[in-house]
Amino acid sequence: MTEAFLTSADAPTDVPLKRRLKRAERARQVKALALVLPLLAFLLFTFLGPIAGMLWHAVDDWEVRKVLPHTVATLADWDGRDLPDEKAYAALADDILAARAAGTLAIAAKRLNYAVNGFRTILTSTARNLKAPPEPGTAKETLGKINPAWRERTTWAAIKGASGPVTGFYLLAALDLTRNVDGAIVAAPPDQAIYRDVFVRTFIISFSVTVLCLILGFPVAYLLATLPAGRSNLLMIFVLLPFWTSLLVRTCAWIVLLQSNGVVNDSLRFLGIIDAPMRLIYNRFGVYVAMTHVLLPFMILPLYSSMKAISPAYMRAAASLGAPPLTAFLRIYLPQTLPGIAAGSLLVFILALGYYITPALVGGGADQMMSYFIALYTTETANWGLASALGALLLVATLLLGVLYGRLVQGQQVTGGMKN
Amino acid sequence: MEGAMIAAAPALVRFSGIQKTYDGEHLVVKNLDLDIRKGEFITLLGPSGSGKTTTLMMLAGFEVPTHGEIYLADRPIKNMPPHKRDIGMVFQNYALFPHLTIEENVAFPLSVRKVNKAEAQERVRAALRMIKMEALAQRRPGQLSGGQQQRVALARALVFNPQIVLMDEPLGALDKRLREQMQLEIKQLHETMGITVVYVTHDQSEALTMSDRIAVFNDGIVQQIDRPDALYEHPVNSFVAHFVGENNVLAGTVETIEQGYCRVALASGGTIMARAVNVASSGATTSLSVRPERISIIMDGATSEGPNRLPATVQSTIYLGDHTLAVLEVAGNEEFMVKLQPGEHHSLRQGENVSVTFRPEDCLALDPV
Repeated sequence: MTEAFLTSADAPTDVPLKRRLKRAERARQVKALALVLPLLAFLLFTFLGPIAGMLWHAVDDWEVRKVLPHTVATLADWDGRDLPDEKAYAALADDILAARAAGTLAIAAKRLNYAVNGFRTILTSTARNLKAPPEPGTAKETLGKINPAWRERTTWAAIKGASGPVTGFYLLAALDLTRNVDGAIVAAPPDQAIYRDVFVRTFIISFSVTVLCLILGFPVAYLLATLPAGRSNLLMIFVLLPFWTSLLVRTCAWIVLLQSNGVVNDSLRFLGIIDAPMRLIYNRFGVYVAMTHVLLPFMILPLYSSMKAISPAYMRAAASLGAPPLTAFLRIYLPQTLPGIAAGSLLVFILALGYYITPALVGGGADQMMSYFIALYTTETANWGLASALGALLLVATLLLGVLYGRLVQGQQVTGGMKN
Repeated sequence: MEGAMIAAAPALVRFSGIQKTYDGEHLVVKNLDLDIRKGEFITLLGPSGSGKTTTLMMLAGFEVPTHGEIYLADRPIKNMPPHKRDIGMVFQNYALFPHLTIEENVAFPLSVRKVNKAEAQERVRAALRMIKMEALAQRRPGQLSGGQQQRVALARALVFNPQIVLMDEPLGALDKRLREQMQLEIKQLHETMGITVVYVTHDQSEALTMSDRIAVFNDGIVQQIDRPDALYEHPVNSFVAHFVGENNVLAGTVETIEQGYCRVALASGGTIMARAVNVASSGATTSLSVRPERISIIMDGATSEGPNRLPATVQSTIYLGDHTLAVLEVAGNEEFMVKLQPGEHHSLRQGENVSVTFRPEDCLALDPV
């Protein structure tokens, strides 16, 4: 009977079971895909697209290529050891005249000015003094006369270095590196080498804020998870309350509280604890206070959800087996909250890495984080290349952390640590 | 109460005048006096909300009595924290630590007691051997079945040789077959190790199977403490008779009481001779209790001996494999059950008029329901 049943089930097709299963599942998969499609399209448009654009901006080098096309083409064969030959000078003169007519010279001037300070002046003075195309064979002499910089190898090396189509210039600059006249990677001049410090500072501030949030958030999350439902819901509203207020308002509230004549200083002086106002804001302390306050809910919520899943029976069991409260906490409770600690810390750390408004408002000059410089280059100086390079490095650092976290969580799951 | 008489033997645990209230308005446990002797298997049996679990939690140290004192080996322990009581506990949902292996779980009570490593390892291995789970020592609780988890919880509660082991409905989450198997295993462990076990359940058959003594709880009061057979044969009141085992109830009024027996007039007419267990005086109302297996069915016209014979109408018969249950209408009770032996009265038809008879000593006159 069993045999008959099996043959009748197998007989109609010779298609392997796996393929038949796939076919049967296909309708469900299509339906699932249709459900996430709108979000996918939205993310593609608003998230992945801009990120890809940003990454491209970090290496894109189009300005000189577009404004001085003939010069770029001629310099392609230049070995860079001596000054380029007459052909290059002639091409440059043609390009400059054409660019002046088109009004695009400033674009190239700005880009070249990043590479060599003062390049803008060289280009504009040349354009101003070059009335007509030089006689054939005299371009080198004419340009050299207008501006002696054209007799310098570095000037030409800068044009060749900026001739694209892609460049490592911005990414190197974001790491305080640059190429010298021979194309070797060297440390950037000290007055431009600020980004490594900014990176280190960004990570130190983010890490400190994460630790502060963990220290302050853990007991609150524990309380929320162990109180009876009614009271814990009330407390939860207080945790979530900041989400209903704008970030700007919260940060400004800290200015009111912490400034020299603010509520905190006045109260301390009134109580006679201090004589002169303490400096609580526009320094690192203010940044820590305000950022910790803003990011605290992002620590508390993951902690709370991991703690809520821990049955009180575990602590009772530990006590009945002879563990004093502290031992039971350290050996039974704490290890089970590790996924929550990891999730909350990662969330807070990554959010803190990108903080801009809060440090900009309550920090001093030496407390500005990476986002401040990214904003500076996009909105003030319109140096999109450098802004994108800084953003790209921040993104890479964040992704690395994300991967690390994924490994951590996965390791836990393999060993059954997340399971009950 | 018979329990009180036996309690002359030295007690390991003594509950003395224990009261417990959670809301300050009504008592969950009312004036509990209970002695637990060394080495015995005592079950706290009762419906939910009867105070049995609260009693267990007070002994474990997770609840503090509102009034009274608990003595463990003659030391008051009311204010002793749970981890110092040296009482092992098995929870309903096992409460195995999910982030530790089976071996680490069982070793936990030894490691918090700072038992040296070699000895701890030996004891853990012995405990795992006892529950036949040595092969699974490196697994995590999430990878085990319910029955296996419960065995590990048992091993963990026993490995540090506690003075008492408490079990809070430990088999409640298991299916019937596994539950019966575990009942026997726990009973065996108790007998071979000589440990004192306090067991909480609402399942009366589990209590009858495993216990040396059973304390029946209802409404915060211990109704009766006794050996399983005594509890079944000699319940002191209607609640115990009803809660432990199957039971038929007939309502009536006491006419006369003499020499431990009483004559009871049934509300539907007819009189019954019954053992006077819990009746006040003649004229009082009473509930008569008869076990289904102590009743015989007599076909119409046949004769019988003894004073108790009541007319009955067959409602239905239920075949249960090892026996058949006949449901009859007797003296107004439409669910009067009679347990038939195999091969007996297979010809009963629905609506047939028969008679039931039982001996006076098998019919108990108890307090009215």
